[in-house]
Amino acid sequence: MELLAFARGPGLWLSLAVFCLGSLWRLWAIFRRPAKHDYAEPRSTALAAGAVRAIVTRMWHHRTFRERTLVQTLNAYGYHIGLAIVFFGFVPHIVFIRRLTGLSWPAVPGWLFVTGVAFVFVGLVYVFFARLTSPVQRLLSNFDDWFSWFVTILPMLTGMAVIALPLHESYPPAPLDPVPVAIHLLSLELLLVWLPFGKLAHAFLVFVSRGMTGAAFARKGAGL
Amino acid sequence: MSDAQHPLDLESPRLSVKKPAVRFDKQGERPDGERLAAAMTSFVKDFGRTAAAYMDSCIHCGNCAEACHFYLRTGDPKYTPIWKLEPFKQAYQREAGPFAWLYRALGLKPAVTVEELESWQELIYDSCTMCGRCTMICPMGIDIASLVGLARHGMYQAGLVPHELWAVAERAEREGSPLGATPKVLKDRLEWLADEHEVEMRLDRPEAEVLVTFSSIEIMKYPQSLVATAKVLEHAGYTWTISSSGYEATNFGMLSGNAEWQKRSSLKLIEAAIACKAKVMILPECGHAYTALRWQGANMLGRPLPFRVLHISEFLAENVASGRIAVKKVGKSAAFHDPCQVSRRGGATRAPRIVLEALGVELREAADTGDLSFCCGGGGGVITIHRADELRYRTTALKMQQMDATGAELRVTSCSNCRQTFDDGRAHFKWDQQMGSLLELVADHLADRPAGQ
Repeated sequence: MELLAFARGPGLWLSLAVFCLGSLWRLWAIFRRPAKHDYAEPRSTALAAGAVRAIVTRMWHHRTFRERTLVQTLNAYGYHIGLAIVFFGFVPHIVFIRRLTGLSWPAVPGWLFVTGVAFVFVGLVYVFFARLTSPVQRLLSNFDDWFSWFVTILPMLTGMAVIALPLHESYPPAPLDPVPVAIHLLSLELLLVWLPFGKLAHAFLVFVSRGMTGAAFARKGAGL
Repeated sequence: MSDAQHPLDLESPRLSVKKPAVRFDKQGERPDGERLAAAMTSFVKDFGRTAAAYMDSCIHCGNCAEACHFYLRTGDPKYTPIWKLEPFKQAYQREAGPFAWLYRALGLKPAVTVEELESWQELIYDSCTMCGRCTMICPMGIDIASLVGLARHGMYQAGLVPHELWAVAERAEREGSPLGATPKVLKDRLEWLADEHEVEMRLDRPEAEVLVTFSSIEIMKYPQSLVATAKVLEHAGYTWTISSSGYEATNFGMLSGNAEWQKRSSLKLIEAAIACKAKVMILPECGHAYTALRWQGANMLGRPLPFRVLHISEFLAENVASGRIAVKKVGKSAAFHDPCQVSRRGGATRAPRIVLEALGVELREAADTGDLSFCCGGGGGVITIHRADELRYRTTALKMQQMDATGAELRVTSCSNCRQTFDDGRAHFKWDQQMGSLLELVADHLADRPAGQ
């Protein structure tokens, strides 16, 4: 129980603080850098629209690239959406978030939750082997890639240990033991602590980099 | 290094210095520590807000490889665009990134070495045309081509530019032209062309509405383009001039990575336009000249330009649309090769299509065209580098195949550097087609106007 108390109390607050401050630091580190004024006559001044357009349109590859990237893209969507379903749609998670924030929403049906879990596991395993076997990804990969993968799949694994889901029983299943719950929470906290420091920060940096390119290309009147 | 070591080769299908017997890919005599310090100072100076965002955002997905012609034609992962920036990324994380202090204190990120930069020279220069096709696929929207441009600044400061690219850039700085198109050569050529083609070549007029600039590739290899420019401007009835103090639109300072030379080249043109009170500066059929002046020129000056800057294809499109240039129908089909810096990276993709439509050309678009077009393989200064020839030919072949697959009768582009890349590929592959010029196509099909109109 002490471990669970730590995970629900100081551990959680500490990890949330690191997550928030780390993310702010990461953003500040970018925006503190100088930005040169661009004196070139713009073809368009709708830069914000260009930024938003890039954020939206870059969610899907141009037709010419699709054939070579389709599996990777679909897989990425699969496990990202799966993660969202698991995190936001599972009853214990909703209860957890309500306790923290007071906000709550209806849970997803059991079949959808199980499908989400499946997409996450299959997707992350695919990512792991793709990174190992693709010459390009293998060349690019570093500690950040492997550790980020590890801290992403870890809460899934520890979560499965918590619910020990027998598929024939009613959904949602009840937790069995406080220790696995504590370990599950701690694994989530590890993810929160790591997120601002590695490539998982793409969760928010994607809007920054896409937006900057979108604005710059809009200024030139160039398609993106 | 003297001129004797870098004689120009103006006879072959592509213009550069002659293939060096001994390569000097490391300029100057300096200790490695000094080279490295110079590179790092430059890298850190260039890590502005946008570069920092890009450096922090890469997720190592490798999608950019799937857009790069060098990777697609070789399958070699080292040609993955973002990998070409690896030392640059390493320097960012260690010197300027959000956790630079931590990386340095704990020794988590080793310092970049001169050996590393030397081995990356091929990736930064020979195998990147800065075409920006990778920008079109990156799920994070990282503009990798712009980062390669910045990385070249550091490479130049370290004295690590490929022999030929350095030589032509140095010649451009010293003589005003990378290919020997000095003011005297220009004047002689203009006189010859005026006589030969009975066209007015308006040199050094004190005032003019339009200042015309050229690429030295046009002056030395495609002089017909100079004639075409004059014919079109005379036809349209503009007052125009060529300035012997600012005519060379190519910018090898930009391509080699010397920001100071880039600035000086740009300022020559800008000052010439201001001196003749030009309302419009026309950039020639040259891709990188458009980036250098249209999108970076004002920033070199430090204030907005007091005149418009138009690529010749934009000028033609505007005037064809307004009726000031009247053309006859060509009556053939054509495939258009988009110069990356004008279309994808310049935003002028529509202009040549407007012109071709006015010419009555049946435009047959290649499989990858417009903003997603493949580079000819010779951009970014790659065409000058002899050791990159075999790699370049592979990429040019891809483009030739796509153009041929359209079944069009004509092949047209609006960049003389692309044109000479195709000419070189044509000689290499015995290609039975010829890449033509949009400008020359217009000049050859100008409608007859009644006198006085």
